[in-house]
Amino acid sequence: MILEGKSVFGGIAIGRLSVYQKKDKQVKRHKVEDTAAEVARFTEAKEKAKKQLAQFYEKALKEVGEVNAMIFEVHQMMLDDLDYIESVVNMIETQNINAEFAVATTGDNFSKMFAAMDDEYMRERAADVKDISNRVISILHGADNGGMTGDEPVILLAEDLAPSETVQLDKTKVLAFVTRYGSTNSHTAILARTMNIPALIGVEFLKDVDGKYGIVDGYTGKFIIDPEEAVLSEYRVKKEEDENKKRLLQELKGKENVTLDGTKINLYANIGSVADVASALSNDAGGIGLFRSEFLYLESGDYPTEEAQFAAYKAVAENMAGRKVIIRTLDIGADKQVDYFNMEKEENPAMGYRAIRICLDRPEIFKTQLRAIYRASYYGTISIMFPMIISVKEVRRIKEIIAEVKQELSAKKIPYKDCEIGIMIETPAAAMISDLLAEEVDFFSVGTNDLTQYTLAIDRQNPKLDDFYDAHHEAVLRMLKMVVENGHKGGCWVGICGELGADTSLTETFLKMGFDELSVSPSMILKVREAIRNTRL
Amino acid sequence: MKTFQYTIKDELGIHARPAGLFIKEASAFPCKITIAKDGKEVDAKRILGVMSLGVKCGQEITLTADGEQEEEAIAKLSAFLQENL
Repeated sequence: MILEGKSVFGGIAIGRLSVYQKKDKQVKRHKVEDTAAEVARFTEAKEKAKKQLAQFYEKALKEVGEVNAMIFEVHQMMLDDLDYIESVVNMIETQNINAEFAVATTGDNFSKMFAAMDDEYMRERAADVKDISNRVISILHGADNGGMTGDEPVILLAEDLAPSETVQLDKTKVLAFVTRYGSTNSHTAILARTMNIPALIGVEFLKDVDGKYGIVDGYTGKFIIDPEEAVLSEYRVKKEEDENKKRLLQELKGKENVTLDGTKINLYANIGSVADVASALSNDAGGIGLFRSEFLYLESGDYPTEEAQFAAYKAVAENMAGRKVIIRTLDIGADKQVDYFNMEKEENPAMGYRAIRICLDRPEIFKTQLRAIYRASYYGTISIMFPMIISVKEVRRIKEIIAEVKQELSAKKIPYKDCEIGIMIETPAAAMISDLLAEEVDFFSVGTNDLTQYTLAIDRQNPKLDDFYDAHHEAVLRMLKMVVENGHKGGCWVGICGELGADTSLTETFLKMGFDELSVSPSMILKVREAIRNTRL
Repeated sequence: MKTFQYTIKDELGIHARPAGLFIKEASAFPCKITIAKDGKEVDAKRILGVMSLGVKCGQEITLTADGEQEEEAIAKLSAFLQENL
């Protein structure tokens, strides 16, 4: 049987299925005589629960970072909430009932209150109140709060997992997560990414699969139960390849990007959304070399607000904890179209109204984005990069607009930092005048995809031209060399953020040319690091 | 008694994480502090109460501090709101 789900993290897992059993929280009501002793039992259990949550916080801090660990601090605060405590104590004292029942009823009441709210985010908080109440009840029952039994690592199936459940799992016993509910940003998803194991959400599994054999394919979102032998052996091969890749990751994690003879280079990640930060971090990115801001525009039905953009940029800056985050301003047009921009159909969109040209033509859109970026700059180390530049005039105009934005922020006393300003070198024009451009900016990042297409005059989207296309064309390589030399002369650092940056057959060439940075997709970081570490210049 | 009115700018409204931080800040002051929205008033030192207001982006809240250190409380908390929410 094959089920489909949404993958939140890639990888292959093969193993026995185990359906996560939530501890049976059936709470019986009974009468107590000594209510003071019962209140004391509750208080003791509550304190113990808080201690557990404090431990979870510490554990989560290491496993998933401060932003995601914060939920356990909020849980502790909920347990200390006077409304919550008063409700429990009051029930014990006035109804002569046991602490378990008072906690369960109080938890239910608060949880119902959240569940009834007209806001999806708040409705989800109902689960938090239930979770803390169940914790106290388990302690009162004298039961320890564990999910799995047995020694064999399993593919864990669950309706959904609360943060306190995921943090307690014995991570060495979990091969993969499969949940019926949850989102790509749920705690389970974040945990799977940090644990580097496959996870699927939205899978409609039946409970009777417990104990059966199964395969989780985190690359395609397939969940295969009782696979045939042929399928199984096919996946065993895939899994081995996948594991080799992960082993590489373990070996190379934390190592420097340095050649055998001591030349160092920065290795950053290209990301296209806030969620990608997790994989950038798990693959050991030294920073974000290209944060494509388009997703904010593509996913939205209207121009994204300054607040929405600010929240996204701030989240990435904070998650990267001081490491460099290079945000590329809006790069739509050509193959990336957005309805609400109402752009006219063009004969030749690749050379048309796109990227910085839209921004300079419609400065109100540009300024909204720049304001959001500058506001977020306060929360980390943000650099800004502009796409499709062809002239010094454009760069000067951009700098004027930036000065206006900064002035507006200062006038409103909104804090920001000065950001490094850089440009994409992706047109032959920019490459040819890179000496002049270097005087204007702090860094260059070469967008090799467009630079190659414009230099060779070959449309990337046309498969008929594949035979003519040469990613290693001497013309492009000469331009790269020229850009590095001109950049360095003008005091800029120079990087590559196009696909060519991840081409390990060119790593040595790039190092020899003197590039300071390569930014590649997160999954390629360690492969490139390996190539760097095996190079002697 | 001091009050401060503020319109929430965070997309998610007053959600768990900043609510937690806000309550921590509020609890440091001895005076009585409340948050009100559309006539419903809750104790600003109680997280479930604050979250139960279900304050969404674009909605206005009124922060009131009454008693010892009320001025400092409003100054600190209004700055917190402007910066985080």
